[in-house]
Amino acid sequence: MLRYSIKRLIQGIITVWFIATATFVAMHSVPGDPLLQNKAVTAEIRKNLEAKYGLDKPVATQYLIYMGNMLRGDFGISFTQQNRSVNDIIAKHFPISATLGILAVAFAGMGGILFGALTALYRNRMPDVVIMFLVILGISVPNFVFAALGQLALVHLNAFVGRTVFPVAGWGTVSHMIVPSLVLGLGTMAFLTRLMRSSMLEVVNADYIRTAKAKGLPITRVFLKHQLRNAVLPVITVLGPAIAAITTGGFVVEYVFAIPGLGRYFVQAVQQLDYTVIMGTTVFYGAFLVLMVIVVDLLYGVVDPRVRLG
Amino acid sequence: MSEVITDAGDSFTRAAGRQLILLALLAIASFVALAVLLGWLSRITSDTQGVSDAVDPLTGTITLAATSEPPQLDSTRATDQVSGFVLGHVMESLLRRGPGTTLRPGIAASWQITDTGATFHLRDDARWSDGKPVTAHDFVFAWRKVVDPATASEYAFFMFPLKNAERINKGELPVEALGVRAVDDRTLVIDFERPTPYFEKLAVYSTYGPVRQDFYESTHGRYGADADTLLYDGPFRITTWVHGAHLRMEKNPYYWDAEHVKLNVIDIPYFTPDPGAILNLFKDGKVATAPLEADTLDNALEQRWKINRFNDGSVFYIEFNHRPGRLTHNVHLRKALALASDSGELVYKVMKVPGNLPGISLFPYWLQGVHGSFRQEYPPPPPRVDIPEARRQLALALDELGLDKLPPLVMLTDETAPSTTQAEYYQSRYQRTLGIEVRIDKQIFKQRLAKMTAGDFDLVMAGWGPDYDDPLTFADLFTTWNKNNRGAYSNQEVDRLVRIAQSSLDPKTRADAFGAIQKILYDDAVIVPNYERGIVYVRDPRLKDVERRVVGADPDYANAYIEGHR
Repeated sequence: MLRYSIKRLIQGIITVWFIATATFVAMHSVPGDPLLQNKAVTAEIRKNLEAKYGLDKPVATQYLIYMGNMLRGDFGISFTQQNRSVNDIIAKHFPISATLGILAVAFAGMGGILFGALTALYRNRMPDVVIMFLVILGISVPNFVFAALGQLALVHLNAFVGRTVFPVAGWGTVSHMIVPSLVLGLGTMAFLTRLMRSSMLEVVNADYIRTAKAKGLPITRVFLKHQLRNAVLPVITVLGPAIAAITTGGFVVEYVFAIPGLGRYFVQAVQQLDYTVIMGTTVFYGAFLVLMVIVVDLLYGVVDPRVRLG
Repeated sequence: MSEVITDAGDSFTRAAGRQLILLALLAIASFVALAVLLGWLSRITSDTQGVSDAVDPLTGTITLAATSEPPQLDSTRATDQVSGFVLGHVMESLLRRGPGTTLRPGIAASWQITDTGATFHLRDDARWSDGKPVTAHDFVFAWRKVVDPATASEYAFFMFPLKNAERINKGELPVEALGVRAVDDRTLVIDFERPTPYFEKLAVYSTYGPVRQDFYESTHGRYGADADTLLYDGPFRITTWVHGAHLRMEKNPYYWDAEHVKLNVIDIPYFTPDPGAILNLFKDGKVATAPLEADTLDNALEQRWKINRFNDGSVFYIEFNHRPGRLTHNVHLRKALALASDSGELVYKVMKVPGNLPGISLFPYWLQGVHGSFRQEYPPPPPRVDIPEARRQLALALDELGLDKLPPLVMLTDETAPSTTQAEYYQSRYQRTLGIEVRIDKQIFKQRLAKMTAGDFDLVMAGWGPDYDDPLTFADLFTTWNKNNRGAYSNQEVDRLVRIAQSSLDPKTRADAFGAIQKILYDDAVIVPNYERGIVYVRDPRLKDVERRVVGADPDYANAYIEGHR
């Protein structure tokens, strides 16, 4: 197990290095640079700016300098947020995105498992039909539609009740967290519901379930310990990439709900061609996701003793 | 297969269903617990202002939403609109803005301007937010910083009317050679590089604002980065600045005119570029003002809100690529396209945003001439759509270029909705009226700029917002030396007229020069004016005396008040 973990970690580091290099190359291949503004500057000022930010060196040199700094944990200073280091931006804003993401994953996971189990239990009956219809909606409708509708619904809710039930936007209290994380988790929850449903249906017909029932085990025990627990395994497998989807989908929710998370900085950096922030956030997200996938794989080995790792 | 489940009995289903319900309740409880836990954890890192109302008469507080975070608030370097808004409220320069486009004494109580220089006498009671007086030395220090090439300030050109400023910025002279000195704490003496009749209009800008040297050096390079690395001499000061999350400005008790500032707090707890979200906040009674767009406008009309309109002073136009070798270098082709364009149709039938005015000229309607409106004293040629003449011009162009049919023209544009709408309109219009094929090249912001700079376009949807309150900010756009002249238009007569406008003291001479430039731009079809932008917005009716400005801090809340406050 330990050797397997170390092997995966090394692979992960190589993956992250590859991500960093690919991003660097892509970034510098695109026309434009962080210093281009609508109001052009004189040639002298432009030269001074380039020297200040080290953009006047050849690209290969910039790459080596950047990689060297990165290994020391220094991602540099943002071009657009001129007084903030990238480390500072990530440190201040990632916890907010993480909070949103954790809640969204929790919502999606719990909701997906429970609704999936429900639909499998009442297969082809009313609850199943209704929920599966909603699931199709949840998978096909894009994130920003749910975000906009969700916000509008809150406005009407607050107007109807007469006082603020849930804040319409912003961040800072528990009530600010609930609706955005629900919106963020909706798509993933729909997907997990479907997955759980087919997984449950497979398990339900397995021999060991029939044996357990024949043995006369209490119904609740059959359901909980055998059916549910076995059916959950595929959902856990998918959880790694699901965290990826939620982390990257966070931008839209942050945009609509005015949440000061990292996703917003990530996308704005790409639009502004802010080299340091692009590299910093991409490498950070890449490392985070690689780590999540490794953790989930190890978790899988723990939950299902039949799986031997290594 | 289904028999296996159902014939085990609905009792199984019912029992399992009950289990599920129990699990669901447990899940909801743990979700809420998780939220509370995370909320408690994040309270350690974020600030905990409660949710406040849009307008609070009891405390004199208004709440706003901002579309983006100010990159930094160093007045010697700030260039964007949000920084301009904040700096306009927390800093004050030698002059300050009065109602409309008037200027009033700011930190300077009185001044004299001659053709060689100026002398400003600072008032005695001007103070920084730490109680120390604002002195002439603070201005000298700040202005040297602006022109210093090491600062690499994008607005260094604002200082170029000062003696040696341009050469210092090029690195040819040290900063001490700048034509400004503090004779004593209260007297600032300036030497001009050339006569600058519009100097007052420049000196009101935050770029010309003061910075105190000892404080600046105590921040170790972090000046303007946070609320506590800034000193304030304006009507407000920043008390909270959590980046990207919360900016709070409170009344500055040390401001010399504090008794006339009526608001106590301007609170900005929402940062989002999404106009829909800001409008939702307005509907929810959480922010005092929100912009409207074409699609949200109907909603606002239904709600019977008062809709306000404001022309923000910027002009949008099609810019041609004048480089030799490009098709658009040919003046007849440009004239053909200009005569076939209909900015009225564009504004009223296609864009349908109330407030936009059809473009007639590079010089927008709000500019002042000698005694009154520039547009009245120097009327631009009336816009006319003349398809037969356009076709004749096109024939001339084809003849000169030696072509039978015009190859497709490339129109470069942003990927934002207004730009693409306009581009598609012109594409279909030119096809219909002249049979010219236009290919739309949609690029995001930086890529569009890069292509414009490289000259990789035939037409581009461009625009310009004024830097200062004088026609020169538009007039010098198409000089040979201006880097913003990305179409590389070059005309010696325009260059000559701009130089006259830059250095002449006589308002009539300057206005004549601007009028002549306007005519040349029309005759030579340098651009095709599209529209002068108008914004529509809603504002809480209890908030009064908010000044909207074409240049400077916009909106300006320095003199605003809440109905029912005090």
